Amino acid sequence: MDTVLDIEHLSTHFNTEEGVVRAVDDVSLRVRQGEIVCIVGESGSGKSITAMSVMGLVEAPAGQVVGGSIAFRGEDLLKLGRNELRTVRGNEIAMIFQEPMTSLNPVLRIGEQLMEPLMEHRKMSKKAARKRAIELIGEVGISRAEQIADSYPHELSGGMLQRIMIAIAISCDPKLLIADEPTTALDVTIQAQILDMLRRFKEESGMSILLITHDLGVVAEMADYVVVMYAGKVVEEGEVVALFENPQHPYTQGLLKSKPIINQRQDELYSIPGQVPNPLELVPSCYFHDRCAHCMDICRTTEPALKETANRQKVACWLYEEANPHV
Amino acid sequence: MSTYITKRILYMIIILFAASFLIFCLYALTPGDFITGNIKLTPERKAELREIYGLNKPVVERYAIWMKNAFHGDFGYSLSQQKPVLTLFNQYIWNSFLLAIVSTFLTWLIAVVVGVIAAYKQYSWFDTIVMVALFAAMSIPSFFIGLFLIKIMAVDWKWLPPGGMLTTGSTATGFAYVKEVVHHMMLPVMVMTLLGVGSLTRYFRSNMIDVIKQDYIRTARAKGLKERKVLFTHALRNALLPAITLVGFELPALFGGSLIIEKIFNWPGIGQLYMQSFGLRDYPLLMGFTLFIAILTVIGTLVSDILYHVADPRVRL
Repeated sequence: MDTVLDIEHLSTHFNTEEGVVRAVDDVSLRVRQGEIVCIVGESGSGKSITAMSVMGLVEAPAGQVVGGSIAFRGEDLLKLGRNELRTVRGNEIAMIFQEPMTSLNPVLRIGEQLMEPLMEHRKMSKKAARKRAIELIGEVGISRAEQIADSYPHELSGGMLQRIMIAIAISCDPKLLIADEPTTALDVTIQAQILDMLRRFKEESGMSILLITHDLGVVAEMADYVVVMYAGKVVEEGEVVALFENPQHPYTQGLLKSKPIINQRQDELYSIPGQVPNPLELVPSCYFHDRCAHCMDICRTTEPALKETANRQKVACWLYEEANPHV
Repeated sequence: MSTYITKRILYMIIILFAASFLIFCLYALTPGDFITGNIKLTPERKAELREIYGLNKPVVERYAIWMKNAFHGDFGYSLSQQKPVLTLFNQYIWNSFLLAIVSTFLTWLIAVVVGVIAAYKQYSWFDTIVMVALFAAMSIPSFFIGLFLIKIMAVDWKWLPPGGMLTTGSTATGFAYVKEVVHHMMLPVMVMTLLGVGSLTRYFRSNMIDVIKQDYIRTARAKGLKERKVLFTHALRNALLPAITLVGFELPALFGGSLIIEKIFNWPGIGQLYMQSFGLRDYPLLMGFTLFIAILTVIGTLVSDILYHVADPRVRL
């Protein structure tokens, strides 16, 4: 399979008044054609910033991509000029966001907002764009498409708005769709419909999806390949089945343990002790060490590298270092 | 919509009644009147004049007479000018309106353009210079900057006339007349714009900064739209919405005249007439004018509500 997106050693930093926050720190990941890759992690783990870096939407001047490369079909997006990047955005790479309620412009009609990328990238006339927009509204499973095109965002429900966002995203047949927690703000029944729709469009068009989520249920249902992020770093990655069956990093193990299991009542859900470290106070170490049950001396002083273990699985943990003198 | 407007007009009438009563009481119950001030009159003559003008009647009765006449389109008779109040308004208000409409237009134009650019380039050198300049413009008193510009532009450089609306003794007509008025209004318009532009630019700048941070701006960018389109189609319209409230307040301001500017530049506007009438305690004129401004304020509020309905689909009336 062809690699669509190849992120190598990406680092995105934010300059704040208190100091530099390394939101994304030396992250590498790959998305192949037709594949769904999930980035999993807690809030603040850098998964959204990774996506925003790909889109070139990191908020300057505070946030800046300081290193690495983002190759999209062989071309480094970081080296593109503003206008060249703009022709990729919304066209070959599209994105949908967490909050459908606030992601659409409140004073523009749904139809107009759908027509914009078609007119921008496909150079369609107003008339043709409107016709296509109405078709798209139908394709994302909304009836009375014509009427919806003339309504405003506040007249639609959150689930419908997320469908509209998907319609906007797929309007120019992107090769890659980035979905940043697309179902977090929706209720459970709508969640399943939205995920089904994403998978259906993927099957039909052969696009790839980079799905960002903290919901392991979503991961199990959607992902081909999983990347686990913690404090701006990739701590583990692998094929979804292998990773779920055999999680290696203590953090991944903790995440899977804290997921509720259907038909199995527990008095209290497991949760990983402690909190995500303050991103301003990180020193060279395994950033998970003070929450880890297997913490060793070396974990406090030296950063483990991401190394391949079994069948395409990679983990950054001292427990699996062969040369580790402490084992 | 139409029931809303009917309801609003009903409220407006009630508000105006209350306002007219307050305005009348304010002037009628203030000790002294037009006649008191004239020291040449004997007490007998004063009593006689009060009898003629009806000033010896009870306040409530005087209010009733005033309102009755007002309903017939008669807002009284100026005691000092010996002309109907409405005739005087018609004579002076348009001069004030001319200054106000031009300076308001310039103020809004500059404020929107500069505010938007400053917000878009927040903390850039352009933004910093603009913010300092605006603060300076807002801090300078109008009488000072007015006199200062007269000194520089009219007295020293002789570019522009120092005051008035026409050159003394001018008999210009047609295009020459227009040119002369334009020439005379440049300085006052400049000062009025300078004084108004500060707060409005800051207002648009902060609105725009709020809007640029919204999720739908990120969506617009993610769609790959041109930055110009993101700014003008998506951001500007949302940033301008709250300014509709200000449009309502601009209406009375357009006709209200400017006391200080008109005095400094000797502009024959309603502000000067108002000021002069205060000194003479010409209450019929003062009451008429205050009521007129009250009517415009109430209408302005209604207009801004209707504009909201037109501009923002989320507003239901």
